[in-house]
Amino acid sequence: MTASFARTQRRLNAAPVYLDYQATTPLDRRVLEDMLPYFTEKFGNPGSVTHAYGREAEAAVEAARAQVAAPIGAEAREIVFTSGATESNNLALKGAARFHRELGKDGIVTLATEHKCVLESVAALKREGFRVTILPVEPDGLVDLDRLAAAIDERTVIVSVMAANNEIGVLQPLAEIGALCRARGALFHSDAAQAVGKVPIDVEAMKIDLLSISGHKIYGPKGIGALYVRRRPRARLAALFDGGGQERGLRSGTLPTPLCVGLGAAAALAKAEMPAEADRLMGLRRRFLAGLRARLPEVRLNGEPERRLPGNLNLSFPGVPALALMEACPGLALSTGSACTATEVEPSYVLRALGIADELAGATLRIGLGRYTNEAEIDYAVDALAAAARRLGVGRG
Amino acid sequence: MTSRLTYLDWNATAPMPSEVAAAMAEAFARCGNPSSVHRFGRDARRVLEAARAQVAALVDAPPSEIIFTSGGTEANHLALNGLPDRRVMVSAVEHDSVRHAVADAAVIPVNPQGIVDLAALDGMLAVEKRPALVALMLANNETGVIQPVAEATRIAHAHGALLHCDAVQGAGKLALGRASLGADLVTLSAHKLGGPAGVGALVVASNVPLAAIQRGGGQERGRRAGTENLPGIIGFGVACLLAVARRGDDARIEALRDEAERRLLAVAPDAKVHGAGARRLPNTLCLSMPGVPAATQVMALDLAGVMVSSGAACSSGKVKRSHVLDAMGVPPAEAEGAIRISLGWSTSGDDIDRLVDAWGTLYTRNRASAA
Repeated sequence: MTASFARTQRRLNAAPVYLDYQATTPLDRRVLEDMLPYFTEKFGNPGSVTHAYGREAEAAVEAARAQVAAPIGAEAREIVFTSGATESNNLALKGAARFHRELGKDGIVTLATEHKCVLESVAALKREGFRVTILPVEPDGLVDLDRLAAAIDERTVIVSVMAANNEIGVLQPLAEIGALCRARGALFHSDAAQAVGKVPIDVEAMKIDLLSISGHKIYGPKGIGALYVRRRPRARLAALFDGGGQERGLRSGTLPTPLCVGLGAAAALAKAEMPAEADRLMGLRRRFLAGLRARLPEVRLNGEPERRLPGNLNLSFPGVPALALMEACPGLALSTGSACTATEVEPSYVLRALGIADELAGATLRIGLGRYTNEAEIDYAVDALAAAARRLGVGRG
Repeated sequence: MTSRLTYLDWNATAPMPSEVAAAMAEAFARCGNPSSVHRFGRDARRVLEAARAQVAALVDAPPSEIIFTSGGTEANHLALNGLPDRRVMVSAVEHDSVRHAVADAAVIPVNPQGIVDLAALDGMLAVEKRPALVALMLANNETGVIQPVAEATRIAHAHGALLHCDAVQGAGKLALGRASLGADLVTLSAHKLGGPAGVGALVVASNVPLAAIQRGGGQERGRRAGTENLPGIIGFGVACLLAVARRGDDARIEALRDEAERRLLAVAPDAKVHGAGARRLPNTLCLSMPGVPAATQVMALDLAGVMVSSGAACSSGKVKRSHVLDAMGVPPAEAEGAIRISLGWSTSGDDIDRLVDAWGTLYTRNRASAA
């Protein structure tokens, strides 16, 4: 009690404990240091290859491209820089679908639990006349492979299945899906915004053709992402927009050198530190869950309990509206789900897809742990959440 | 190699003032997704909206009319594709991101000075049955020629058409207000005016029903999805403030540009300045050295530590003749010898001396070997 009081008091005047690492991550200081020179003294346009400043910038972009490729087992020239994972997902889906339409392929298969930008891209393609299949998931959040296999036919252009879910953190069986897609001649796209640098991804072993990467989810900058585009066998895409013809015509627009450098540095750090960091985060996650369950046996974990991101928990507090719980814990920065839809009152469509009733879905928080989370913060958060949930009548009725 | 380098390629990208870098460094220390509801998210939202107001002030528009994008290219694409079912008409000298934004755009001719033919535009609009969307840039990126955007807007509106103005090169170099231009849509790019690359904006008048192209989390009031590039947007905002403050420097830059033009023509009386008879950006000079390919000139200048370009700085190593000079009726042989020299706030008289020396040496050597 005294210890928890001291922790609370220490925290009251400080910034809230950040437990929303799936919404965005702080920029790693080491990444910032690599980026800074390219804002100021090394400011050239990497397209200006006719002079020294331009070539200096171009060399930095190409070095970053290799760094981004490395953690996913890709080649540098298979990486296309974009403005972020939303654009990468739009480019992968719309680009592949539109390119292959003339070849007689018109089928798109994805999951009900994908990120909004995948579902919105697919909805736009449906309006353009593509056949869209949105598959349900099992109660643990994972796809049923037989159901997926049955949904793919010879006219399927692309199958899009995310690597790790942004709300419930569950990891889909990418290698099995990749093998299935390759055998059926469909492209396999995976939105790996939440997964890269957190869990192992290998585009060869998993037979992934297109993979979306985000900078700000891996301690890199916002405003930058990448799309991996397989060269052998080649994944063909139509560009979303034309212009200066940068990125081999797949993505026009001046390349933001410092952001490319930042994404490269973040990818390199993630690759180097992932094994140890994943273990550390899994330990923190267990400590959190065990601590909370000891205090609140009513708490329910959503999504497959082990096959999930090391730093993700998605917890329901039966009978306690999530917003009330968040308000009762001003020392914690938490979310109810995806940041994009954080202000919506509708229950999460991801939790609905798991078959969770709306009332329970409305009593759910997403807990995201990350690189700067420590044991003291976990213990403080467990104390705060348990006390608040108990006060608000968890499990009653 | 010379010890000091002379950067005269400001139209490709502009160096970042230290005030912008400082604001961004502070922003990078913050963590927050502006869509999150907790304190970090709310703080992020607040600074996002403050930056939006700063960008809006540059174009005299209400902040609600600003949509942040990843840059000028995306903004141009959004402007021309976010209003489906309109007949798109683009001037012949637009940037490629406008020229190629839609597949079947009609092309509005320009005169030999590179100025859009307003009578032709009026005629095209008069016979067009569908509602139209006219794209006319504020100032050309290669020649600096300034377009009569306000007049074109009046003509467009008289025919019930909308006007989009790609102001990427003009913003920060010319006074511009969406209201004074009258344009319904305006594209801005941060890195051309001292902000970071990777950020731009589309200014959309409140009565224009623009539909999103990039879809997802519903950011930017549903008109452009994707987590906002917050530090970049903050840098953009500060760069806009500074650009307004620096407008007092225009006369100095223009005098340096005019001096460069005069001295280069004194060395090479047969050189040709493109758009010389038009109103141009104060910082831009596009000229041809007869008989010497642009690549040769640019390389020689690079060796002398003077950085210029042979046109737009887009995809690496692409050598193709400028569509801008073609549209102005510049003979191919002359267009192939055209280089772009562009100045900025830190350009000095010494930089102009180095340019004139290096270019003059090449010209003289070439004359001697040709003789």
